[in-house]
Amino acid sequence: MTVGPMKPPAGDEMLPHRIVLNARQMPSYAYGHRSPIWWGTLGFAAAEGMGFALAIGSYFYLVFVNGNWPLSAPVPDLFWSGLFTIVMLASLWPNHMAKRDGEREDLAKSRRNLVIMSVIGLVLVGLRIMELGFLHVRWDQNAYGSILWFLLGLNTLHLVTDIGDTIVLTVLMFTRHGPGKRFSDIGDNAFYWYFVVASWLPIYLLIYWFPRWW
Amino acid sequence: MTRAITSHEFDAGAEVTRLVTGEPGAPPGVQSEADEPPSPDELRDDRVDGPELSARLAKTWGTEKGLIGALSTVDHKVIGRRYIITAVIFLFLGGLLAVTMRLQLAQPENTLLGPDLYNQIFTMHGITMMFLFGVPIGEAFAVYLVPLMLGTRNIAFPRLNAYSYYVYLFGGAMVWIAFMLNIGPDVGWFAYVPLSGPEFSPGKRADFWAQMITFTEVAGIAVAISIITTVFKLRAPGMTLDRIPLFVWAELVNSFVIVFALPAVVTASAMLLLDRLVGTHFFNPAEGGDALLFQHLFWFFGHPEVYIIFLPATGWVSAIVVTFARRQAFGYIPLVLALIATGFLSFGLWVHHMFTTGLPQLGASFFTASSMLIAIPNGIQIFCWIATLWDGRPVFRTPLLFVIGFFFIFVAGGLSGIMLASVPLDSQVHDTFFVVAHFHYVLIGGNVFPLIAAVYYWFPKFSGRMMSERIGKWHFALAFIGFNVAFFPMHITGLMGMPRRVYTYLPEMGWGNLNMLSTVGAALFFASFILFLYNIVSSARRGPLAGPNPWDAGTLEWAAASPPLPQNFDRIPVVTNREPLWANRDSLPVVAGLSVDNREQIVSTVTHGRADLRETTPEPSIWPFIAAVATTVLFVGSMFTPWAVVWGCLPLAIALMGWFWPKPSMEDER
Repeated sequence: MTVGPMKPPAGDEMLPHRIVLNARQMPSYAYGHRSPIWWGTLGFAAAEGMGFALAIGSYFYLVFVNGNWPLSAPVPDLFWSGLFTIVMLASLWPNHMAKRDGEREDLAKSRRNLVIMSVIGLVLVGLRIMELGFLHVRWDQNAYGSILWFLLGLNTLHLVTDIGDTIVLTVLMFTRHGPGKRFSDIGDNAFYWYFVVASWLPIYLLIYWFPRWW
Repeated sequence: MTRAITSHEFDAGAEVTRLVTGEPGAPPGVQSEADEPPSPDELRDDRVDGPELSARLAKTWGTEKGLIGALSTVDHKVIGRRYIITAVIFLFLGGLLAVTMRLQLAQPENTLLGPDLYNQIFTMHGITMMFLFGVPIGEAFAVYLVPLMLGTRNIAFPRLNAYSYYVYLFGGAMVWIAFMLNIGPDVGWFAYVPLSGPEFSPGKRADFWAQMITFTEVAGIAVAISIITTVFKLRAPGMTLDRIPLFVWAELVNSFVIVFALPAVVTASAMLLLDRLVGTHFFNPAEGGDALLFQHLFWFFGHPEVYIIFLPATGWVSAIVVTFARRQAFGYIPLVLALIATGFLSFGLWVHHMFTTGLPQLGASFFTASSMLIAIPNGIQIFCWIATLWDGRPVFRTPLLFVIGFFFIFVAGGLSGIMLASVPLDSQVHDTFFVVAHFHYVLIGGNVFPLIAAVYYWFPKFSGRMMSERIGKWHFALAFIGFNVAFFPMHITGLMGMPRRVYTYLPEMGWGNLNMLSTVGAALFFASFILFLYNIVSSARRGPLAGPNPWDAGTLEWAAASPPLPQNFDRIPVVTNREPLWANRDSLPVVAGLSVDNREQIVSTVTHGRADLRETTPEPSIWPFIAAVATTVLFVGSMFTPWAVVWGCLPLAIALMGWFWPKPSMEDER
């Protein structure tokens, strides 16, 4: 489309409106990808996932330049980390319930599910603290220790952030300004938890199993 | 005012029925509160019209007066304006440092600056231009313009957007205050280890570099996610993917590049801080670390960074070329595909910054090939713009002049870039002034010239007044000549062997005359910015009034008042064409039915841009500002003790809770 020559400034004229659509009957919120928050969550998951990918890449880079691995330290213990991972995987079920009941806008069940998810989160933090005692290497011992603690630190930060979010949301659901759009927030919180679990699994394999296979 | 919709008054008649998805709020079979009809007491914009509607909406969407009001604002235009002004102030500060360096280098064995101060100055110049100006300026324009161009009322996540501005401001202020106190970073803008590591940079200088990175990148990623979501979900109904303005496409691709590139430099700077602060060994070869790991992480960000600086500029150029050529963009689809291709390819080039580190030959060849490959999408863009101008009826106003200046300078920089992509030539001129010349042609040509064009172009929208054309033409002449006189001779000084980052040189080297010439050019270029500043200030006060659409442009920001009212549009437009204002000369098709007293906007579907929801968007809040202060305390504290990360989390957590806690009064009304 080509338009005519540039007109002189039109002064204060604003174009008059011609109404062609009415939004009165549209819903005021929705679930999943129809909601902007879902895209924001996905965006942060992408940026954080990129951070994890680069940290994992750095781990392999250090393995590659050194050859022997895990440098001069024993491999980390499997017990607490294994328990941590099992609880992580087990949390997928209540997380799924939280998302489903949230979408059904069932207040009683949503409250129950969020309490369960908060408790699971706190248990995971406890397990993580135990896990850190059995790594057999400090971050300042060598590059292996540094990257190991770096990965665990990133994951712990991730975990604690999401748990804080879940607990605040749980409290919100018990206060009088609970329902309505909050149900959609439960779905987004559950979506983020899937990402927390999904990003832990490769880190778990890398930290605990890769040195045994190398 | 409300009338039944008849399809003949609508360009794309069939769309009327498709525009509303009609899907319920909750999954099928669930009675959702989302589907409750709005309260009949609430005033909606199909019951009120004209000046009364404007005034009521302006009250609903406005920013309160006073300091608390100013710090609580979530208006994308207010935040965007602050972002732009702050970034331009950093541009001027970085420019002052550049002029200082040119004065020092004007003659051999000059004693204006000592080596230590010179190191700080070239580092501060680099990080100011790259991190405090280059990345933020593109995002700043996006924050202001993208919601307007998409025909919506605010950016997605307006509080996150406000938070990001304050974090950016505090990060920039921190590093500049450190510089004033003589503890500014002095390790170059890319802060290579081992120089920046604990052994060779004791003290806090390198820590300020690393933490400045954290500030700016947190801010950058937050804005990028807001922009992506805004483009995906808040487009005016009818704005299908192929009707999105090219500027918005450029900012969208740019935001994706930011989301995937910035984590790399945060990883690098975090590892550096840990090495310096708690004794980790990421970059210490004695304990199994590796110095090149830093370079890989840095340049995995650093090369896309060049495109983060360039991509928004392509958006400015596309918008300006279309308006002043008086025709739609030639090759809209190739232009969009070229943007996306550039975004992808920008991640495949980083190693060409590391050709002299002793890479395997196959690796070097691969990165040479990919470096040449990226010239293809960039070439496509240039050809499409030229074709648009060729086939149009170009009107040579100041914005277009600067765009033409951009063509020449950027293409020259691209050509020396192709030369540098070849390993043997790169090995020869690595770290010389040839490289300095190359990247200033690319960055100033590719970003600053389009930026100046963009300021001239959108100034009427920002301020309601036109800038002076007469001063604009003088400005262009001075800038174009000054730039080339300053930077072209550097190609030759570089080929003659002058290394970058030296604070002086001996007269026997024979570099004196060319350096003097560069300094004269730099002074001219600097004068052009003074003229620019004068034009901005005097036009803002006395320029002729602009009206909503002074350039007779086609995109939606020109349907809003100049400067736009807080609500942007009294009703959300409906889009039927890529240049909606050229397609609707007499009246604007709009959506009605949104609340007048609450902040409601239309959420649409990602690909087809069909109206889907009427969602409320957040009210102003002081908490994002408090959260930014808490973040600053945490980041600055963590340069001195790792425990700051622990105790610093507490105020941050409180601020975030305040941020997300719903206002009881709002929901009680229901």
